[in-house]
Amino acid sequence: MRLVLTEEQRELRDAVRSFLASASPLPRVRQAAESGTGHDPEVYRRLDGELGLSGLVVPEEHGGAGAGYAELAVVLTETGAALLPGPFLAGALATILLTETGEKELLPGIAAGTTVATVVLDGDRAINGAEADVVLALDGPRVLAVRGGTRTPLTTLDITRRQARVDLTGAEEIVSSAQGVARARDLFAVAVAAEQLGVLRACLEAIVGYAKLRVTFGRLIGSYQGVKHRLADMHCKLEQAESIVRYAAWAADEAPGELPSAAALAQAYVGRACFEVARDNLLLHGGIGFTWEHDAHLYYKRAKADEVLLGPPRAHRARLAELLEL
Amino acid sequence: MNLQEYRREARAWLEANAGNTEVEAAPDPGGVAAAKGFMARLYDAGYSGITWPREWGGQGLTQAEERAFAEEAKDFTLPTYVFSIGLGMCGPTLVDLGTPEQKARHLRPLLRGEEIWCQLFSEPGAGSDVAALQTRAVRTEDGWRVTGQKVWTSVAQHASYGLLLTRTDVDVPKHKGLTMFIVDMRAPGVTVRPLRDMTGRAHFNEIFFDDVHIPGENLVGQVNDGWSCAVTTLLHERLSISSGVGMGGQKDNPVAFDALRRTADTSDPVVRDALVELYVRSRALALFNQRLSQETRAGIFPGARGSAAKLLLAELTMFQADLATSLAGPEAVAYEEGGGGLAEALSLAPAMALGGGTNEIMRNIVGDRVLGLPPEPRLDKNVPFKDLTVNG
Repeated sequence: MRLVLTEEQRELRDAVRSFLASASPLPRVRQAAESGTGHDPEVYRRLDGELGLSGLVVPEEHGGAGAGYAELAVVLTETGAALLPGPFLAGALATILLTETGEKELLPGIAAGTTVATVVLDGDRAINGAEADVVLALDGPRVLAVRGGTRTPLTTLDITRRQARVDLTGAEEIVSSAQGVARARDLFAVAVAAEQLGVLRACLEAIVGYAKLRVTFGRLIGSYQGVKHRLADMHCKLEQAESIVRYAAWAADEAPGELPSAAALAQAYVGRACFEVARDNLLLHGGIGFTWEHDAHLYYKRAKADEVLLGPPRAHRARLAELLEL
Repeated sequence: MNLQEYRREARAWLEANAGNTEVEAAPDPGGVAAAKGFMARLYDAGYSGITWPREWGGQGLTQAEERAFAEEAKDFTLPTYVFSIGLGMCGPTLVDLGTPEQKARHLRPLLRGEEIWCQLFSEPGAGSDVAALQTRAVRTEDGWRVTGQKVWTSVAQHASYGLLLTRTDVDVPKHKGLTMFIVDMRAPGVTVRPLRDMTGRAHFNEIFFDDVHIPGENLVGQVNDGWSCAVTTLLHERLSISSGVGMGGQKDNPVAFDALRRTADTSDPVVRDALVELYVRSRALALFNQRLSQETRAGIFPGARGSAAKLLLAELTMFQADLATSLAGPEAVAYEEGGGGLAEALSLAPAMALGGGTNEIMRNIVGDRVLGLPPEPRLDKNVPFKDLTVNG
């Protein structure tokens, strides 16, 4: 089991982190989120062109970099921490599904950034459903695909990641396998957990930074045990969340037998921890955390949207109980 | 010898010498005699003091060998508990700070288990704030005279020697007037009393010093530099805890997940979800500990992040004892014959949250040293000890 990043993974992390810090800082995230497309196409052009991120886990013979899920997790943690708007996660989920179920035709376009794809995770709702060229949908063990058709944008909690209802009439079945779909669902859980880890980390960094600047009653607020101890507890959550994400990402690449329980564990722990840390980040900022201008609510809303993205949290816990044969 | 051969030989030795040992760290004299016999064999085979300098009786090997031996030893129950304070804290402190005479006199018998050591820092009035201690050492013609009381002293009833922290100057701020000594636990004026804790057993002792004479050559480090010596000892304590010394396995723990899944009624969805919560928390901490040890192996020193792991272990220990007793219902309160039951687990659970630094102290450490938060303003830093408010 490998729980520590390799040299190459650290380099990848640093490259993505510094790219996002310069190309998509939070003020730009807000602009993009409120723009027509909901994201900045220029950022995506560079993300795909300079960094090749959309094709990261696409096999080389289909135009991608053929990297592992551990590398994808590293990237999703950074895009999560930066609240990168737009269809990056959607594309990652679609890539996972197509790679695992054996449908390769769409992959070169996704890798090149010319095809925007997403997945309907629940009913007829898809993240970035309005922007996507291709929408994939799961119907039991079958995978359906639809191009075009009616898309109805929804106004949702998380303004940095849009959702839409997708009319699935006319969707066509593409090559799929029950086993591949099951594995893809577990990989979705790992991918979202990796993003949640980034959201969690960014929230802790934000409030720790503020605790070193903000003064009350003649003292920096971080010097009060009432604040310090909560930040210490948040740090404990970060350490455990990171350990679980590393483990689940390792299982995704190296230990397929452990993946189902690792994936359920990742959603059961990291989803909750992420929301709790995002909530406490907002609360410990005091009144300013409740304002629209402050970024705390963006993270808080993303954390909740992510926690319920793959179903209610109890579903992951029930799955874990089942896998543990309780 | 390469590491793999070393590991294989260590394993073979353990299988031959520790494989079937039923000798626990029993506090009775018979148990201690057996433990001393085992320790002598361990030393003679070259597995005691693996990283300690050769000239003082150690093996002069590296952390890699020590870790390899520790990993192999995890599968065995070694009766080394009574030596753990000496091996983990007092001995390493003497290696770092002792005089050549002290090292020559003490280290080999410590490593061979001939002499047991204890550590005498905490006092009834100085727990988390150990630098507030009040045990006085006053200079005499040929050494020092010590008066005061220590507490939470493990294995003192078996100990030949102790590492003692005293106050030698009350006219300077509290951290600047402390001095460390080696004390002969059999010296006149030393009284060791078992301290009955909330489990009903005596895991610790309290020690009374009534005009105890300590010869001048027993001074460790410099006079009034005891705080930095104590920091050295405590650093070794954390290292020995984080390397797994004294951490019992979960295998036979009646309140751990593996036991509860067998005993609890999992047809009840509320019970099932409670067990999922326990599993999630247990796995989260286990994976964090594994990551810390992988990082250490890769040369990333965990430092104060180990305090986060200790805090989480304390919380998990309380959580699982609470959960297990609640799941069991009225039966939980009945003590089991021979110990080891749920009632005992619940009674023992607070120990982890109090010993080796309370949860609040751990949170301070994580906040200050990991997150770099500003320190709490302090009233005691620059005030002469005699002018400070202390516990009566």
